[in-house]
Amino acid sequence: MKVLVCVKRVPFTGGKMVLAEDSMSLETRHLGFTISPHEECGVEEAVRLIEANGGESVVLTLGPPAAVEQLRDAMAIGIDRAIHLQTDGAEWDPEATAAAIVEAVGADESASGPFDLVFFGNESADSGGFQVGLRVAFALARPCVTGLKGVRAEGASVRCEQEADGGRDVYVVPLPAVLTVKEGLNLPRYPSVPGRLRAGRKPVAVSTPARPAARLELVKLVVPAGQGRRAEVLGNGPSAAPAVVEMMRKIGVL
Amino acid sequence: MIAAVLVLVEHAGGKAADPSLQTLTLARSFGSPVHALVVGAAVDLSAHGVAVTHVPQDEALDSFAPDAWAAILGELAGRLDAGAIFAAGTERGNEVMARVAARSNLPLATNCIAVSAGDPVTLTRQRWGGSLLEEARMYTPRPLITVAPHTIPIEPATREAKVERFTPQLKEQELVVRVVEHVAAAGGGVSLAEAKVVVSGGRGVGSKEGFAIIEELAALLGGAVGCSRVVTSAGWRPHSDQVGQTGTKISPDLYIAAGISGATQHMAGCKGAKRILAINADPEAPIMQNADYAVVGDLKEIVPAISAEVRKLK
Repeated sequence: MKVLVCVKRVPFTGGKMVLAEDSMSLETRHLGFTISPHEECGVEEAVRLIEANGGESVVLTLGPPAAVEQLRDAMAIGIDRAIHLQTDGAEWDPEATAAAIVEAVGADESASGPFDLVFFGNESADSGGFQVGLRVAFALARPCVTGLKGVRAEGASVRCEQEADGGRDVYVVPLPAVLTVKEGLNLPRYPSVPGRLRAGRKPVAVSTPARPAARLELVKLVVPAGQGRRAEVLGNGPSAAPAVVEMMRKIGVL
Repeated sequence: MIAAVLVLVEHAGGKAADPSLQTLTLARSFGSPVHALVVGAAVDLSAHGVAVTHVPQDEALDSFAPDAWAAILGELAGRLDAGAIFAAGTERGNEVMARVAARSNLPLATNCIAVSAGDPVTLTRQRWGGSLLEEARMYTPRPLITVAPHTIPIEPATREAKVERFTPQLKEQELVVRVVEHVAAAGGGVSLAEAKVVVSGGRGVGSKEGFAIIEELAALLGGAVGCSRVVTSAGWRPHSDQVGQTGTKISPDLYIAAGISGATQHMAGCKGAKRILAINADPEAPIMQNADYAVVGDLKEIVPAISAEVRKLK
C-alpha cells in the first residue's frame, strides 16, 4: 500500500491573534509552529495503515523552507519520506495550492507508483478553505470523502465514517481515493527520541513551484472586535461558591 | 444587481435550516431574483424572498451523494445563467460548494460574513474558526460563496415562491461517493452541542481522574462535560468532549471553563455561549478577557464547593 498525507505548517496562536505590521499575516516571531490539528490525525492514520498493511507512506507540504520542521515531525512518528514544495512564505490560494499538489502527485506516481490513499485535513486551521483536498481529488478523477472520523481499508475499497445527525454516515469507496479527515479520527502518538533521530536521515525531495496569480486574493487580515467582556470577579477560592450559585439563579440555569 | 442568484438550501424536519435562511438574506443583497435548490423535499421559502424553488427528483438522491448535489447545483446555475452561487458554511454546504468549485474550475470563498458584488467581488471571511477575519478580493465570472453560520441575522422578505420539479441527468461516477449506511449514536447523556450548561476542564484539571469533580458539577446542573484540546491530546477525555475549533461548537446558556487558559483554538468553540464563567488560578489568563464571570483560585477546591452549594438547593 502507498499512502500520501498532505499537511500545512500553521502557528500555535495561543491566547490572542497579533498581526504583523503589514496586516498580511500573523506576527509569529514569538510563536511555535505545528501541523494543522486535523492533519496530525491524517499523519497518524497513514502511519497506522502502513504498519498494518506494509508499503510506503509519504508526507507533502507546500510552505516556506522552515516547514521542513513539520515534515520531520511527521517522519518522526513513522512517515517514510517527504515532498517539500517550497514557497517564499507568501500565501497561496486554494486553487494554486491544489494545482501544485496535483502536479507533485503526478510526478511521484510516475516515478514510484500510484498512491492508494491521499489524506488531507478537512480544512486548514488557519485559512479554513475546506477545498484543497476536493480540488486535488477532482483533478485526479478519484472519489473523495470528507470530514472523516473513521477510516478502514477493506481490500480494494475503504470504509469511511463521518459524523452526521447525531450519529455517523458511512461511505464505501473504491481505491484509489482521497480522504479528508478530522481531529478525533485517532489519537496521534508523540514522536520518540529514536523516531526523531531516524527522521533526520529520511529523504526530503525539494522543489520550488512558481506561484500563479491568486483568484482569491488576500487584501488584509483583521482581528475581530473582542466581545469587550472583562470578567466580573465573583470571588477568590471556594468561598466564592455562594456567589456563583446566586449568579446561576439570576441567569436562570438553576 | 447581479442577475439570478442561486442558493443551496439545507433543511431538516420539513423546515429550512437557519444557516440557509441567513444565507438567503445575504444572497438577496447580492442579486435578484433568488433561486433556491432544495434536495429531498420542497420547503416553503415564500417568507425568504425566493422566486423559484427547484426540487430535483431522482431516487438516487434518497441518500446523500455530494458529487450528485454538486453536479445538479452546477448544471442548474448554468441553466439559470446564475451570477453567483451561495450555500451556508455548514459541513455539507462547504463540501458541496468545494465540489462545484473543482468541477467548474472557479475560486470559492468559504465562511464569508460580508460580500459585495463587483469585479472583483470584495468579501470578508472567517479564518481560524472565526478568531480572525480576512478581507479579500475574488476574481471570477461566477462567485461561489459560503456564508459563516450565525453571523448574519435572518431578515424575512415575502414573495410568492414557485416550485419547479425536474429530473437531473446524473452520471454513474457522481454516485460513487454516497451514504450507504447511517449508524445512530450510542445515546445517553446530554449532547454537548445542545446542552444548556457545559462544564469544561482544561490542563488545570491535572489528570483523567481529576475530571470526577467536573462530571459531578455537570450532572448536578443537568449539563454536559466538555474539555480543551490539551485534555483530548493527553488522552484524558474522548475527542467527542472537546470544545474548540477542531472539536464541538457549543452554545449553552452558561459555560463553565475550569482550568482553561482560553487559547483562540478553544474560544472558537465556545464563543456561542451566552455566559462564560472562568475558574482559573491565573487572573491574567486570556480567558478572563472573554468571560463574563470569574472565580480566581484552585479549581480543585472551587468546583466541589460549587457542587456542595448547588446540592443545598435540591
